[in-house]
Amino acid sequence: MRVVLIAIPVLSGFLAAAHAETPRADPALVEKTVAATFSQAPEAWRARVVQDETQRQCSLSRNEPAPAEAAAIQAREAGTIVYPADGGVIGDWRRGAAIAQNGQGGQFSDAPGVASGGNCYACHQIDPKEISHGTLGPTLAGYGKSRDFGAEAARVVYAKIFNAQATWACSSMPRFGHNRVLNEQQIKDLTAYLMARDSPVNAP
Amino acid sequence: MRWVSISLLLLLVAVVPVAAQEESEKEIERYRSMIADPMANPGYLAVDRGEKLWTAARGTKNVSLERCDLGLGAGVLEGAYAKLPRYFADADRVMDLEQRLFFCMRALQDLDTKDVVARRFGGPGKTSDMEDLVAFIANKSQGMKLAVPLTHPKERETRAIGEAMFFRRSAINDFSCATCHGEDGRRIRLQALPNFTKPGPEARETMGSWPTYRVSQSQTRTMQHRLWDCYRQMRMPGPDYLSDGLTALTVFLASNAEGATIAVPSIKR
Ligand code: HEC
Ligand code: HEC
Repeated sequence: MRVVLIAIPVLSGFLAAAHAETPRADPALVEKTVAATFSQAPEAWRARVVQDETQRQCSLSRNEPAPAEAAAIQAREAGTIVYPADGGVIGDWRRGAAIAQNGQGGQFSDAPGVASGGNCYACHQIDPKEISHGTLGPTLAGYGKSRDFGAEAARVVYAKIFNAQATWACSSMPRFGHNRVLNEQQIKDLTAYLMARDSPVNAP
Repeated sequence: MRWVSISLLLLLVAVVPVAAQEESEKEIERYRSMIADPMANPGYLAVDRGEKLWTAARGTKNVSLERCDLGLGAGVLEGAYAKLPRYFADADRVMDLEQRLFFCMRALQDLDTKDVVARRFGGPGKTSDMEDLVAFIANKSQGMKLAVPLTHPKERETRAIGEAMFFRRSAINDFSCATCHGEDGRRIRLQALPNFTKPGPEARETMGSWPTYRVSQSQTRTMQHRLWDCYRQMRMPGPDYLSDGLTALTVFLASNAEGATIAVPSIKR
């Protein structure tokens, strides 16, 4: 059944907003305000409020670090990547599909101990059949096929998921492995999801 | 004056949310304009409750809030919300409406603010005085243009802090507000994301439409709640209610929404 109502459109103002540009805030004052904003945070959550050096640089540069700074960020982040001991980066694409769909974990509304998903569909098109995908990142449909299912390409994907900023300073993509949101097995499963020949991501 | 037809409203709440999740973006848009109808908007129940709270004698001083100065003089409601947050000399602070009401509850009424804070977000069987008061007071700026002042140095400083906080990345997903609200035409899953980094229609439509009745939560929500919810998505801890950081973000958002037509309480997903 459809409820029909008369809509009152929300009119937006026609005035060109002529707000005066204000100078940037003193970073120390910003940090003081942030600390006060999360003063009631439980002890175990305090670390999340504090930035690491990369987060700090990306915030101050508005994600556009100068070339030398970008190179330094990428070198530092590349140094965090831990590959599986046996060198194999391909897991189970079926589990990878579930991890890519799963947006749970890490929120204060989550039950404690709930396993984190990758929430990749929040930002990427992946399996072309899945229409509920975001557009914050590039499409990954046909990813493995477009890279000839190459072994080196698979290592690149593993590294990308582990730490996106090793190849793109201040990328909006989370550093899933570095931040321990996803573990080694989950990253291997996701790599398989993108790279395996029989994964629906690479269906003709 | 009662704006709401209860039976229509219950029908709406029962029928629409499921559809909204399934349908395409265009459908969601259609749904949004459909529920913008004040005659069917449960947010007006909060407006009515808020009016009673505004005039009720409460607290150990047993007085109403009617002498509270929301920026345009003691007791002046019309247009006050359109100019909030703003600097208040008596508190030497930039305050949003909720911070200001909290200040008045203490200073004028000596009210039990612990209880007010405990009920800051309404839920099943629990109304929020703050959400109700904000709905009532914001509604007194209906149809007016949003014009948050940036003349006092503290107002400009607060805006700058808010802007920095908007771009500040942190926590386990490295998110900032700008991750999700930094570009035009982006979506998270199928959810369209307004770009708040520049003045424009997206900032105006958003800031002119809060407080809002959220169908998915069956509650009238204020910007304090929206920002709390976005910090949840950022995997941050819950921000302190009435903290200056939330006010700073609000000033930044409002400064990009100058001239927005206020249409509140609106109704959203
Ligand atoms: C918040 C948004 C966001 C999330 C969540 C996200 N990504 Fe990304 N991703 C991006 C952006 C933006 C880029 C492009 C910039 C870059 O390369 O870092 C990208 C790039 C990539 C690339 C490289 C694409 C290329 O052209 O080679 C891969 C592979 C990738 N993402 C996989 C994933 C996987 C798998 C997940 C989930 C575990 C994921 N992403 C989650 C935003 C995101
Ligand atoms: C991980 C993604 C994400 C992050 C990070 C995020 N938001 Fe949001 N935000 C959303 C989503 C999704 C919505 C809901 C959009 C809707 O319902 O139309 C939203 C809605 C909003 C709205 C209301 C929009 C409207 O049309 O009424 C405001 C204001 C807002 N966000 C501000 C912020 C601020 C400020 C921050 C940082 C403190 C932030 N957001 C961080 C995803 C995010």
